[in-house]
Amino acid sequence: MGEFIMKNGMILAIESSCDETAAAIIRNGKEIVSNVVASQIESHKRFGGVVPEIASRHHVEQITMVIEEALAQANLKPADLDAVAVTEGPGLVGALLIGINAAKAFAFANNLPIVGVHHIAGHIYANALVQPMEFPLLALVVSGGHTELVYMKEHGSFEVIGETRDDAAGEAYDKVARVLNLPYPGGPRIDQLAHEGEEAVPFPRVWLEEDSYDFSFSGLKSAVINYKHNMDQRGEQISPTAVAKGFQESVVEVLTAKTLRAAREYQVKQVIAAGGVAANRGLRTSLEAVFNEEGIPFFVPPLKLCTDNAAMIGAAAMPMFEAGMRGNLMMNGRPGMELKSWV
Amino acid sequence: MIWLGIETANTPLSVAVVKDGKVVAEMVQNIKLTHSAGAMPAIEEILARVGLKPNDLDAIAVSEGPGSYTGVRIGVTLAKTLAWTLQKPLVGVSSLQALAANVVLYNGMICPVFDARRGNVYTAVYQGMALEAIVDDYHAHIDDLLERLKALEVPILFVGTDVDIFWENIVEVLGDQAVRAPFSFDLPRATEVIRVATKKELPNVEATHYFVPQYKRIAEAEANWLKEQKEKQHE
Ligand SMILES: Nc1ncnc2c1ncn2[C@@H]1O[C@H](COP(=O)(O)OP(=O)(O)OP(=O)(O)O)[C@@H](O)[C@H]1O
Ligand SMILES: [Mg+2]
Repeated sequence: MGEFIMKNGMILAIESSCDETAAAIIRNGKEIVSNVVASQIESHKRFGGVVPEIASRHHVEQITMVIEEALAQANLKPADLDAVAVTEGPGLVGALLIGINAAKAFAFANNLPIVGVHHIAGHIYANALVQPMEFPLLALVVSGGHTELVYMKEHGSFEVIGETRDDAAGEAYDKVARVLNLPYPGGPRIDQLAHEGEEAVPFPRVWLEEDSYDFSFSGLKSAVINYKHNMDQRGEQISPTAVAKGFQESVVEVLTAKTLRAAREYQVKQVIAAGGVAANRGLRTSLEAVFNEEGIPFFVPPLKLCTDNAAMIGAAAMPMFEAGMRGNLMMNGRPGMELKSWV
Repeated sequence: MIWLGIETANTPLSVAVVKDGKVVAEMVQNIKLTHSAGAMPAIEEILARVGLKPNDLDAIAVSEGPGSYTGVRIGVTLAKTLAWTLQKPLVGVSSLQALAANVVLYNGMICPVFDARRGNVYTAVYQGMALEAIVDDYHAHIDDLLERLKALEVPILFVGTDVDIFWENIVEVLGDQAVRAPFSFDLPRATEVIRVATKKELPNVEATHYFVPQYKRIAEAEANWLKEQKEKQHE
């Protein structure tokens, strides 16, 4: 294990940190040769959210089939691969362990090196599958568990300049969706309703300190809950579209404004959005508009690469592999893993 | 015929290589090291020691549960991935039966026990050298188990490190019926996992994808959900 030179630049990547069992084959860190995602959303819907034990059980059921499918779609054999990459953390520990142990067994059986990837580095590097990353770069990471502004001087260098102090953006979406009695996951449904709405209920914007790049969404979530409560007390019907539109406008305005301010201050060459909430139409439109006007190139991956997938893990693994980063057979799940630079 | 055996269903870890009906090497330990950190390196080491490459294996046997959910899943995921990528047959063995198999040359009733917390156990009753299941693997409160054993009205040999947690209770209910196996039988061993596996038919390699752990218990969230559905039906 541990060759530094690649035959074909082919990485098999595996991701199982939450409720998607995924495998992909990525060439040279930028070309998707195959990308397979087995989603468990249907199974978790009845619980109104992801149940960790159920997620782990599904991962064991699916894992070898998903990897086989990734190889079959790529028309490759294990011998054609150069390395195995896997999400090491953060995420649900029981879920992470399935991908990690499958990756270790596969790497051992086929005599391949293994690379452990940070899930958020993966979300960011989803962009490398669309166009080359240009540095310095600013990434807005908005997902189910994270809301962060990450400044990158170069490949493998991550500086978190702002993050949420309470709920992640995706979490706020899912909680507000529950208030509106929408099925899990709520993000896409709220996005849809917001799009249909004409009126918007005015909700507050939380800016925190003037110079801070941090976020806070729990106050906004409470404002929505209070609004619904007051309307219920008065016996009035709420308009789900107006609530969704008002909520989304608040989230999008704060995310856009802080990203723009950071992009200016850090004088970045490129701004990218990443994570499940980057699939949000309102957010994409807003960021595109301001950065177009500002003259800074802005990119966001296609929807399929925003939510959890293994292609992004393979994309992030390539520069790690080239930097000589290697995992070993003792690799464990790291549910609270921090995003650290590898340069 | 070369077998690799893997046992990670509870805290103990064991791996073994058996060739043509002879034990080549076995590793057994009972320390607080997570199986994710310990199991794969143990497999790598045992194969290196006996001078085998992964592809030299002819079949893989794994302890399929019940036991710790995470422990069972790690062993099954490793075994399943190795078997699938090497295209070798995978045989699952009850973790309880494999533990009972430690008690060789004994003709009576054997009761293996794994702690399942809050007074519950994973358990079964196997009889004799054929390890015939008298009580199938199940998840139960210890009181339920002891009631069933008392009704059998024969001596019961208890095996497993977790027996000690319940021993007072066991003796109180069963009195002289209860016999404690010697401590050296208490750790599950991968050679026994292989021995039990060799008595089974080798499955097709295509079956590996569908191999799943035997939890013997539905997930708590699912149990609650089912209960809710039932209550809704009654309303
Ligand atoms: N169109 C959308 N608008 C808003 N939110 C969305 C949209 N599509 C998905 N989401 C939200 O994205 C989140 C899922 O994103 P992702 O899969 O990246 O998160 P995660 O993997 O659970 O969390 P993390 O990546 O932080 O560990 C969910 O909260 C979901 O509601
Ligand atoms: Mg994610």
